[in-house]
Amino acid sequence: MPKVTVDGLELEVPAGATVLQACEMAGKEIPRFCYHERLSIAGNCRMCLVEVAPGPPKPQASCALPATEGQIIRTDSAMVKKAREGVMEFLLINHPLDCPICDQGGECDLQDQSIAYGRGASRYDENKRAVTEKYMGPIVKTVMTRCIQCTRCIRFAEEVAGIEEIGAIGRGENMQITSYLERAVTSELSGNVVDLCPVGALTSKPYAFEARPWELKKTPSIDVMDAVGTNIRLDSRGRAVLRALPRINDDVNEEWASDKTRHAVDGLTHRRLDKPYVRKGGKLVAVSWAEAFEAVRANWSGEAAVIAGDQVDCETMFAARELAGTAMLEGRQTGLAYDTSSLSAVNFNTTIAGIENADVILLVGSDTRREAPLVNTRIQKAVRKRGARVFAIGPVTDLTYKVEWLGDDLGALTKAPKALADALKIAERPAIIVGGGALRYEGVHGAALAFTKKYKLVRPSTGSRVWNGFNVLHFAAARMGGLMLGFAHDGGIKALAAKRPKLAFFLGADEVDYSLFADSFKVYVGHHGDNGAHHADVILPGAAYSEKSGTYVNLEGRVQRGERAVFPPGDAREDWAIFRALSDVLGKRLPFDSLDQLRAEMAKAVPALGVEGLADYGWSEPKLPSTVSSKVADYPIKDFYLTNAICRASPTMQRCSAELVHGEEFLEAAE
Amino acid sequence: MSLLDKDRIFTNLYGYQDFGLKAAQARGDWDKTADLMKVGQDAIIEEVKASGLRGRGGAGFPTGMKWSFMPKAPTPERPNFLVINADESEPGSCKDREIIRHDPHKLIEGALVSGFAMRARAAYIYIRGEYIFEAKVLEKAVAEAYSAGLLGKNAAKSGYDFDVFVHRGAGAYICGEETAMIESLEGKKGQPRLKPPFPAGAGLYGCPTTVNNVESIAVVPTILRRGAAWFKSFGRENNAGTKLFQISGHVEKPCVVEEAMSIPFRELIEKHCGGIRGGWDNLLAVIPGGSSVPLVPGPMMMDVPMDFDGCKEVGSGLGTAAVIVMDKSTDIVRAISRLSYFYKHESCGQCTPCREGTGWMWRVMERLREGNADVSEIDTLFEVTKQVEGHTICALGDAAAWPIQGLIRHFRPELERRIVEAKGGEMLEAAE
Repeated sequence: MPKVTVDGLELEVPAGATVLQACEMAGKEIPRFCYHERLSIAGNCRMCLVEVAPGPPKPQASCALPATEGQIIRTDSAMVKKAREGVMEFLLINHPLDCPICDQGGECDLQDQSIAYGRGASRYDENKRAVTEKYMGPIVKTVMTRCIQCTRCIRFAEEVAGIEEIGAIGRGENMQITSYLERAVTSELSGNVVDLCPVGALTSKPYAFEARPWELKKTPSIDVMDAVGTNIRLDSRGRAVLRALPRINDDVNEEWASDKTRHAVDGLTHRRLDKPYVRKGGKLVAVSWAEAFEAVRANWSGEAAVIAGDQVDCETMFAARELAGTAMLEGRQTGLAYDTSSLSAVNFNTTIAGIENADVILLVGSDTRREAPLVNTRIQKAVRKRGARVFAIGPVTDLTYKVEWLGDDLGALTKAPKALADALKIAERPAIIVGGGALRYEGVHGAALAFTKKYKLVRPSTGSRVWNGFNVLHFAAARMGGLMLGFAHDGGIKALAAKRPKLAFFLGADEVDYSLFADSFKVYVGHHGDNGAHHADVILPGAAYSEKSGTYVNLEGRVQRGERAVFPPGDAREDWAIFRALSDVLGKRLPFDSLDQLRAEMAKAVPALGVEGLADYGWSEPKLPSTVSSKVADYPIKDFYLTNAICRASPTMQRCSAELVHGEEFLEAAE
Repeated sequence: MSLLDKDRIFTNLYGYQDFGLKAAQARGDWDKTADLMKVGQDAIIEEVKASGLRGRGGAGFPTGMKWSFMPKAPTPERPNFLVINADESEPGSCKDREIIRHDPHKLIEGALVSGFAMRARAAYIYIRGEYIFEAKVLEKAVAEAYSAGLLGKNAAKSGYDFDVFVHRGAGAYICGEETAMIESLEGKKGQPRLKPPFPAGAGLYGCPTTVNNVESIAVVPTILRRGAAWFKSFGRENNAGTKLFQISGHVEKPCVVEEAMSIPFRELIEKHCGGIRGGWDNLLAVIPGGSSVPLVPGPMMMDVPMDFDGCKEVGSGLGTAAVIVMDKSTDIVRAISRLSYFYKHESCGQCTPCREGTGWMWRVMERLREGNADVSEIDTLFEVTKQVEGHTICALGDAAAWPIQGLIRHFRPELERRIVEAKGGEMLEAAE
């Protein structure tokens, strides 16, 4: 622990810290553009210069200088002030004065730092440089004249997204940042470079000229596009959510978010169900709430089946379950029927942050890049930073890092190929990740558990901690919460449908094969006019995730809560309130009148849902058949950008799908 | 007293003899090289330290000390490397070119001996892309050395395995900076790395690496053969040895010549270049060490001993000893402006002050050339050079700033005269 002095304040800093970190610990603000905590150090903006003794008699870049014993650092000297003014002046001489029409305005590092550390006036009388725009895909808008060449985007693409598609060409003042051959950046994480860009060079294309940051109401929320549970902030104005940005949570999403998380929000204002509907003579007709409830009551026989969709919050599922009063509950819409007697056996036990520490990882029918992009970045970190080896069973696909493919045959689980067996022999923290692409086959779940036992994937780790390398990767935000609430029927949705329920509630369930429920009276409670609404007999318009406070459990069993950002449109209501109102009509009054009361009831039923944080499922292995003879035919997610009703309604996601998945070319209008 | 022929290291500097192995051996190269190496690695480093050899690439860092930073026990997974900097691109410099095209075996033997001393597995010679003929000669010489058993397994029967690779650059001045050269060798964009870590800790492919100039390496075998004391007998204290001087510009006979360090400027020019064009009164200014060092007005330069310390005392530097002489017919502002253009063109663009500053400085210089500026802009320009100097990752920023600083320091009246005259005024001079 070296001891350093910052502006006369003596303090101890952890070994390996940089001078910049030491200054921050001392409470000194160090301006910076290129430095970013989660990226490698470039040291090229020269904004973080400080005076360090002992050392050469010139200012040092604090971001790249290790803090060593006895250093005397000054951040307030005349030399430092002059150096910062100089660098700031250089950055501004070729930066356009277009702040009034720049989307970064109000949240621009260059603006903020030029006020704090700049000189106030420019002495540059020459012409400013102009740089041609570059094409970076449907998400990232470029105004490259504003670029200050900090290279954060390059480093992000290479180190986090794992694609080498952004780089610098040219040298000197002609150095330009560009995408490879100016083709779209093919990462599902490309939107993050917009946040990383300290100036307005890379801004959000769908959000261009929509709003100023100070006009927006900011609401902490949880993303429901996949099961990662990305912590997000919804920025809204009036009744519309204009953008979603990641919040920092090192255990879950660090500070990244996938493009779907960020940009599906424009789907929240399209194709919305804003009135109740009842099917009359084969056609859906808009009706009043009372009439819609009456139609449900007419088919009520004291119980109903409930099928939960992928994006439903726990409160909705709980309210529906209490009202339906049956065991006919299911959330696995597409027909998965794995055993759920032990929640730990269907959980991502290693945890999202923990998978970074794995040294051998076996993917079984799991396309992590599309199913959980932010889990994929963790695996990629394990590979690139710590040299982990990744094996995979399933069709070959590009996961952005080196994978040793073992073929499609799931038999490799019971009889591991030599390369895998050898790697596991010397592995200290081995892990398996079983995806939906494999879980649908008979015996895979059992075989994976047997594999876990055979190779001791669950083993003591440092101290009293246990390394649990058994993971199931879900990709529905509602899945773990649903399983905790019992939304899993023996034999899956097929077995449930075989019971021929008279009445069935579908909670935003759009991926269900509705032909199974031909005989049931179908009530769709959801927010988008998608597949579910088409088949419904009654539609009760509900709230999307941005329009209600909800509890979600992510794929590692982390209970998280999001808040309501805006109100549902038209006559739509929060889902739990719909069930509460319906319960009066059905003569089975639910025992809660507010969300708080509901949560209290829910916590009584499932205590873990009452506590935010990682739920403890313990570790128990169910005895399951483990003979497998199948091959992984394909992965469940065919089109990353169109996996749920909100994305399908989103113009941005449709464009991403057309361009990035289907390779369509878009021509831009000449100006 | 100046250097005698018997004390010259580069005996085929002018290409009067063949560059090939046979001719080189006749000149004394590759003569019992194994015996030179027999004394052991540390002894070689000590000998080089004792000789007082300072790096010939411009910075003048003691070569022996640089070698001693290399790990003493490299592992096969993390070998030591020697990188030889033949990316000679500094305007005015042309000494490495003469060594490579006329005496390549001096360099190759030097690579083996110095590589052995620093326990390097191999040497990479990074040669400037424009040196096409020189690269061909060098490649041929390396091939000769391999087929004669002087390189490769059991190189020169010394029992040491050593390889030499020739790598051609692509024409970027910045790749002459040691860490940018390493990046370029690795196949990346030639941009200097942050230091620390220094190359001796983590250089080429992350392995310990020493980067040396061609001349520094080429003189090593001769130093070992004739002894440190011999080498040290030339030049002043702390500036030992002989050195290739490259005199260009307004002298009667521009040339590259090997001379003893610390030879006075006037003697160097008189003896080897036939004096200044138009006589000594016609001397305007001298850039003593290649474009990166500040110019020195003629009268100040006359008796300066041409060595590291001597040039430093007059506010300049020896650099690569590329002496650029300018007589009074020179448009000095235009000359420096052209250098500014060179640095603007060659800045890698990685870090802010150099990327933005070099362009700014050049544009102001161009206006000053025509007098299309305000007098106050001279001070602004000086401040801008100060804002670049010392704020960058590598020394290119300094190199771009210094020539302009030298100009303003010594020729400010000339700059002001142009500004006043461009506005139609007349410069008043004080009566003497």
